[in-house]
Amino acid sequence: MLIDPKLQQPAEAVPGQPPARPAVKIDGVSKSFDGTLALEPTWLKIRKGEFLTLLGPSGCGKTTLLNLVAGFLEPDKGELFIDDALVTQVPVHKREIGIVFQNYALFPHMNVLKNVEYGLRTRGVPAAEARDRAMETLRLVKLDQFADRRPKQLSGGQQQRVALARALVIRPKVLLLDEPFSALDRNLRAAMQIELKEIQHSLGVTTIFVTHDQGEALSMSDRIAVMSKGRVRQIGSPEEIYASPADRFVGTFVGDANLLTGTVTTSESGTLTLDLAGTALTLPQSAAPEAAAGETVELFARPEACQLVAPGTPGAVPATVSFAVYQGAHVELHLACPAAAEGPIMLRVPVANVPKVGAAVAVALPEAPVIFTGEAQ
Amino acid sequence: MNCTPLDHLLTWSGRILVALILGFVLLPFVVVLIASFNHSSILTFPPQDWSLRWYAHAFEYDDFADGVKNSLIIAAFGSTLALVAGTGFAYVLNRYEFRGKATLHAVLMSSLVIPNFTIGLGLLILAASVSIPRSMGLLVFLHITIVLPFVVRSVYVSLQNFERQLEAAAESLGAAPRRVLFTITLPLLLPGLAAGWLFAAILSFNEFTASLFLVNQRTQTLPVAMYNYVREYADPTLAAVSVIYVVAVAAMLILAHIFFRLEKVLNVD
Repeated sequence: MLIDPKLQQPAEAVPGQPPARPAVKIDGVSKSFDGTLALEPTWLKIRKGEFLTLLGPSGCGKTTLLNLVAGFLEPDKGELFIDDALVTQVPVHKREIGIVFQNYALFPHMNVLKNVEYGLRTRGVPAAEARDRAMETLRLVKLDQFADRRPKQLSGGQQQRVALARALVIRPKVLLLDEPFSALDRNLRAAMQIELKEIQHSLGVTTIFVTHDQGEALSMSDRIAVMSKGRVRQIGSPEEIYASPADRFVGTFVGDANLLTGTVTTSESGTLTLDLAGTALTLPQSAAPEAAAGETVELFARPEACQLVAPGTPGAVPATVSFAVYQGAHVELHLACPAAAEGPIMLRVPVANVPKVGAAVAVALPEAPVIFTGEAQ
Repeated sequence: MNCTPLDHLLTWSGRILVALILGFVLLPFVVVLIASFNHSSILTFPPQDWSLRWYAHAFEYDDFADGVKNSLIIAAFGSTLALVAGTGFAYVLNRYEFRGKATLHAVLMSSLVIPNFTIGLGLLILAASVSIPRSMGLLVFLHITIVLPFVVRSVYVSLQNFERQLEAAAESLGAAPRRVLFTITLPLLLPGLAAGWLFAAILSFNEFTASLFLVNQRTQTLPVAMYNYVREYADPTLAAVSVIYVVAVAAMLILAHIFFRLEKVLNVD
């Protein structure tokens, strides 16, 4: 489904607040490499102080888009604006952006302080002031006592914070983060996410964050742009993306998803009836206003929105337990279901209430599930 | 660890083999080393009497002093200019795609396959045909030709190992291209450049075959002076010079190894 460019743009005005001018405006920007389209024409506006995540699998165009904003790539078409100024032709070193690279790219021949000062010295800030500001920023990331160390002498998490301090000290108009957590181990990653989000929020710096990790995207972002095959599939708050995915790709890429195939039996007078492999399901017509009788659609439901009920419950889809995975706080049940579009149906039940493998059960679907029709499938 | 007799046999035969190879490589030097302390004025082996007189003579002989001076001047200018040119070529080969890149690479490396003899002879004929005198400048030019492939190779390897993202990071922090070059790229390439220069200097200092065609009485290098000496005299002075020579070069290499970690720079670890 190609989203109308106008729909991709955020509301200009937040209720109760004066309309904010976008900090970054991506206006129909596209890029191809050797004839292969890496980024389809894309329109995006990023508000001042906003934390926007570009989320997608590798090769989806998110890094290309980041490099276009940074200026490492030049767009084939379209224009880029930072703080209302046209920057499409402006070289990287004049864009006033801060970048945290995936492997941090700290200068190995300089100590931590010199690394952080670098961006200030290039701007002609006097040595004493540069030093004070660098130390201040190092205090912000709690590394002021490591100012004399070389990057190699620091742990991964510390190196990452130096990279962040180096990018923030210049007070960039936009902060770009290119998968900054991918080199960290799991526990450190969670701690760094919270720390980064706090720092970003307290400084109010407009941030574009690139990741393939949907968990990171959901926990840190003000808005997420989900990308696939060089295209922004959906843009919205984490809640919108999670609860109302625009298409099947977004629904399955972000979070766990159950998909059921059904046929529209009737679609009239406010009611939509579906046939899910023999189970009749009645929904409000607003769930899929454009669906016509006879059309095959997909019903999308999050595991936590599905409930395990007794077999034979009206409107519930019959299924068989194929296996149970103990996960501590709960048990993940995988159910074989004739209506399932792909793979098993998955849902989580309390540890105390686990049916046996092979037991016949039924799954009650949410009252207002998301229906994918046509291209959204 | 359980060691079978076969393991012992293999371990010991391996050690013996290594010792033999080292002995084979070092044997000529050991002979020269012993001969240099021979008191007799005829190169005989093994020596009957011991003395340091040939070392004293080596330092007093003017041709050697002039040769060292000429060789040092040629090595300094030749390897420095070769470093500048070679860095430029290596940078272009590493960073840019263009037509004829493979050809340029081949041309730069060609003096590796052309014998120094041929290079010297060719340059002699060329210089004679356009009436260029056999000057110090011509010798410097000759040495640049000979050491250039080694410099290009050394700098090229450093560039290959260079993390390009560091330049991107500097650029994003507001550094204009020239500033990136002088604060990031060059400082990080310095060990590679220094090692390249040092190798060039040692090669140039050792070069004999090609130089033989192009020196005159005033510009003769140390190896040529040694060659001329041995044609006239058969005393152990040359053995003494050889020992001094080897010790000096080895000391330089060890220092370079300590400061620049040569095996890393040359990508052979």
